[in-house]
This record gives sequence, C-alpha cells and structure tokens, in this order.
Amino acid sequence: MSLLAQQLVLGVLIGGLYGLAAAGLSLVFGVMKVLDVAHGELIMLGGYAAFFAVALLGLDPFGSLALVIPLSLLLGVVLYLGLFGFVVRADEETRVKNSLLIGFGLALALHALAVRLWTADERSIVTPYGGSVLMVGDIAIPLVRLLSLLLAFLLIGGLHLLLARWRWGKAIRAASEDWQAALLTGIDVRRAYLLAFAIGTALAGAAGTLVSIAYSISPSIGLEWTLKALIVVVLAGLGSMLGTFVGGLVLGVAEAASAATFGGAYREVVGLVIFVLVLIARPKGLFGR
Amino acid sequence: MNRWALVILVALGALAFLPLAGPRDDVLNFVFLILLSITLAQSWNIVAGYAGQVNLGHAAFFGLGALLARVLWIHGLPIVAAMLAGAALATAFALVIGAPAFRLRGAYFAIGTLALGEILRTTVNNVLPEISTLPAATIAGYRLTQRYYLALALAAVSVVAVAALAGSRAGLGMQAIREDEEAAEASGVGALRLKLTALALSTALAGLAGGLFAYYHISYYPSHPFGPQWTFDALLMTYIGGVGTLHGPVLGAVLYVVLKEYLAVRWVDFHLLIFGALFIAIVLLLPGGLVQAQHVIIRTLARRRPR
Repeated sequence: MSLLAQQLVLGVLIGGLYGLAAAGLSLVFGVMKVLDVAHGELIMLGGYAAFFAVALLGLDPFGSLALVIPLSLLLGVVLYLGLFGFVVRADEETRVKNSLLIGFGLALALHALAVRLWTADERSIVTPYGGSVLMVGDIAIPLVRLLSLLLAFLLIGGLHLLLARWRWGKAIRAASEDWQAALLTGIDVRRAYLLAFAIGTALAGAAGTLVSIAYSISPSIGLEWTLKALIVVVLAGLGSMLGTFVGGLVLGVAEAASAATFGGAYREVVGLVIFVLVLIARPKGLFGR
Repeated sequence: MNRWALVILVALGALAFLPLAGPRDDVLNFVFLILLSITLAQSWNIVAGYAGQVNLGHAAFFGLGALLARVLWIHGLPIVAAMLAGAALATAFALVIGAPAFRLRGAYFAIGTLALGEILRTTVNNVLPEISTLPAATIAGYRLTQRYYLALALAAVSVVAVAALAGSRAGLGMQAIREDEEAAEASGVGALRLKLTALALSTALAGLAGGLFAYYHISYYPSHPFGPQWTFDALLMTYIGGVGTLHGPVLGAVLYVVLKEYLAVRWVDFHLLIFGALFIAIVLLLPGGLVQAQHVIIRTLARRRPR
C-alpha cells in the first residue's frame, strides 16, 4: 500500500513538470495556432543552459532560472523572427501543418547539434541538497523534486496573472480569441504573437532547468517531452494555464498508477493511449476551450 | 507511365549489372541502402504526397513487416513469401486503425499517428527485448547479392506502383483530397475510401521494405525498425526531393544516403543538422522540393534566352 502511495506521490511530483512543459506549448498553440513540435528540444536546450550555468558559472541550481529564462526569451524572439513568424501569414490550416513540419525540422537539427556539442551522455545537475528527503509517514519525498513542483506551480501562477492583468497579456488573449477583431481594436497582433512565442519558449527553458535538476537531460529527451506536453494539452484543453497544470498532475498520476499496475516498462504507453483515445473521440473539438 | 518512370527504371535496370563487375561489399551495401531508402520514401510519398495525409507513424508498418517476415523466414518460409506475409500484416493493421485515425484532419492526423507509432514501439520493446540474431547456418549461407537484387526489385516495384497510381482515377481522386478535402467530397470523390486505399498501398510497401530490412540485417533489436527515425528519414527524403512527385523521393533518397554515409565517416548523425535545416528552408521557401527548384531554374533560363 505504501509502495503505491509512494509511486503516486512521485507521479504528482513529475506531473508538475509535465504541466509546466505543456504550458508553453498550450500558449503558443492557443494563441498562434502554431504547433511547435520542437518544444521538447527547447526544453532540452533550457536544461543544458542550466547545467552549464551551474557547472561553469557556479550558480545555484534553482538560481540559474534567473539566467535561463531571459536567454530562452531571447531564443524565442530569434525563432519567431527567423522561422515561425513566416508561418503565421498563412491561413489557419496551413499554419498548423507548416508549423508542425518546421518544428519537426528544427527538432532534428537541434538534436543533432546538441549531440555534436555536448555528446549523447545523460547529465544531471548535482545540487548541494540533492540527497535530502522529506519523510511523511513512510513516504519519502525528494526535496529537489518538491521544490521543482512548487516552482513549476509558481511559474504557471505567474503566467496566469500575466495573461489576466498585464496590458500585453490581455492583448495576447484577445489575439487568441479572434485575431481579426483584435486587429480592428488596434492591437498589434504581430507583437502579441511574438510575445506569446517568446514566453512559450521561456516556459520551455524553465521546464528544462527543473528537469535537469530533479531528473536528467540528454540530447534525445526532446521527442519524449514534446509528446508529454501534447498529451497534457489534449487532456486539459486550451485557454486555462491552471487547467494545464492540473492536466500535468493528472498525467503524472496516471503514469504512476499504470506503472504500479502493469510494471514500469509501460508507463510511457498509458499517456499515449489516453492521447489517441481523446483525439479520436473529439477530432474537431480537440484542444477546445 | 510518365517519362520519369522510364528514366528511373532504366537507371535501376543498369544497377542490375553492378554485381557482375565484382564490386567491393561496401559498394553493394551502399547501393542497397539507397534502394531500401527509395522504397521507404516512395511508400511514405503515396499517403503524404498524393493523398496529403502526413503519417508520422510510418515506422510502425515498416516494423510490423520486419517483425513477421523475420519470424517466418527464420522458421523456413521462403523470404519472398515471408515478406508478403509481413506486408499483409502491416496493411491489415493500417486498415484497422485507418478509419478512426482518418477522423483526424491535417496536423492532428500527424500527431495521432506519431503517438500510435510510439505505442507500438514501446510495446514491442517490452514484449521482445532480446536481440534477434540469425542462426549460424543462415549466416554461413549469407549472400549479399541476393539482398541486393531483392532491394532492386522492390525499389522498381515502388516506382511502378507510384507511377501507375499517379495517373489513375484513384490517384487523381487522392490528389483532389490533398488539395481540398471538402471540395473533393462535394465533387463525388469518396474521401475516406481513397485515403484508406492510399494508406493500404503505402503500408504494404512499407511492410515489404521492413521484410527486406529483416532479410538484410544479421542481428538487430526487434523494436529498432519501429523507431521514429525511419518515419523521419522517409519524410526528409520525400520533402527534400519533392513531395507528391514520382522522381522527387528517388532524388531525395539518393542525396540523403550519399550525404549521410559521407558525413558518417567523421560525424555520426551530423547529417540530421544539415537535413533538418534544409528541410525547414524547403518548407518555407520551396514547398515543391528540389524538383521544383529544377523547374524554377529551367524557367529562368528559358526567359533569358534571346528571342
């Protein structure tokens, strides 16, 4: 019994990162109708940025977020101006399809680049408090994972406030509801798109940082995290960042429950099966609000 | 049959004489890889290029073909019969998942099939974790030229299949669906039936290619041919050459394998950086691939010619 409880707790802990990973994808897809399947590779890059910030600059692992987030914002701006900005000129259906293809090419290139630069080895940030464990009854809660979950929640809460209160946050939401109407009311839709994409990339960078602290990174984690993010987005729908966070927790728990039932080898399968079933059940209302 | 089909078939015919020249094994292996890639790219091209459905789970069908063909062949069935059985399994699976999968449109079909492929790969990896190695007697009797000729025949079959499809009534219907599914349905094209036909043909060829893979390799993990990289390879070769054309995927496959093998000598997987970037450039600037580039060049030259 306590073994199951232990696994479920670990599921919740990683679920928070699934939610954070999905938040950026959800924002970009919801606002721009751009399906960036290189999102997992952006997470991977964020992880490496954090790893080197800690290893070379000696930053505190969680403190490295202060460096990784601005860097990721910048990367987002570059990617939007260089690639995805061209896609949003097309109609919605072409947008989704072309962004998928471009994201796909980007994913392959970034993966190859990462292998080239940093080898295919798995890495993880070693924290001074790495081995610390919080005991609740006979359930062990690794401290870094708990902190990661809290940070993921804070970041998503912050994003929620940003979208709800900030002037440009409202512009982003308006552009996602109806970009033509937003344009007519004088909103600079292009800039709202640029901001949304940059914030989405920054969220990926933050997620990558937490992944490299609480778990591990390697150049090939991209596809796996893109799939996790897609599953959560399909589960949670678009439009609510807090809903996305909850969707991430649900996936984490579902994986843990399936690992406890069918064995760890199938933990990746359950999310994918849910994903396919939801997709097929709601082919049009998919990603609906 | 168009002009390009003839050109490609003549070139493949010429390659039939290559083993007679007594080349080194690495030359035969190299051409074998190109031929396998042509088949794989062409099979993906049918459903993505002609019917317009980007199937990101293509490796699942390649893998299923390899899985069954390997087992039957090792247990004594002639390889061609084993390959046909593998192709039948791949097609049967395609028809089972086809109807629900085609409820998804455009990019949703793409990510849905990606997930299906990953489900199958993980499952095969869990059920059959052991490496599959040929029995010693089979290894002793291994002849590379047999594999080579089978690959050559299969590449020719894939080219003939696509050429025949492109000009047929069904092929034209598929292209109408690719351009505008609603408009095609409104003009009396049975979209679901034709999409399933395209998927069946595409997966049958992919299954055959998988069987060839199983026949060629002495040992591999059964989940390896299910890996997403097979889908990605087919997609890159097809798009870079020219999606929805007969000669585009052939051109793409040759270019891809040549560059990949050349770069692999020094930098493993470095080709993906180049092809990833090239692929992005093509999606943004030259959606017709290198085949379109050729048209653009010819048109520019024709315009320059003094009248």
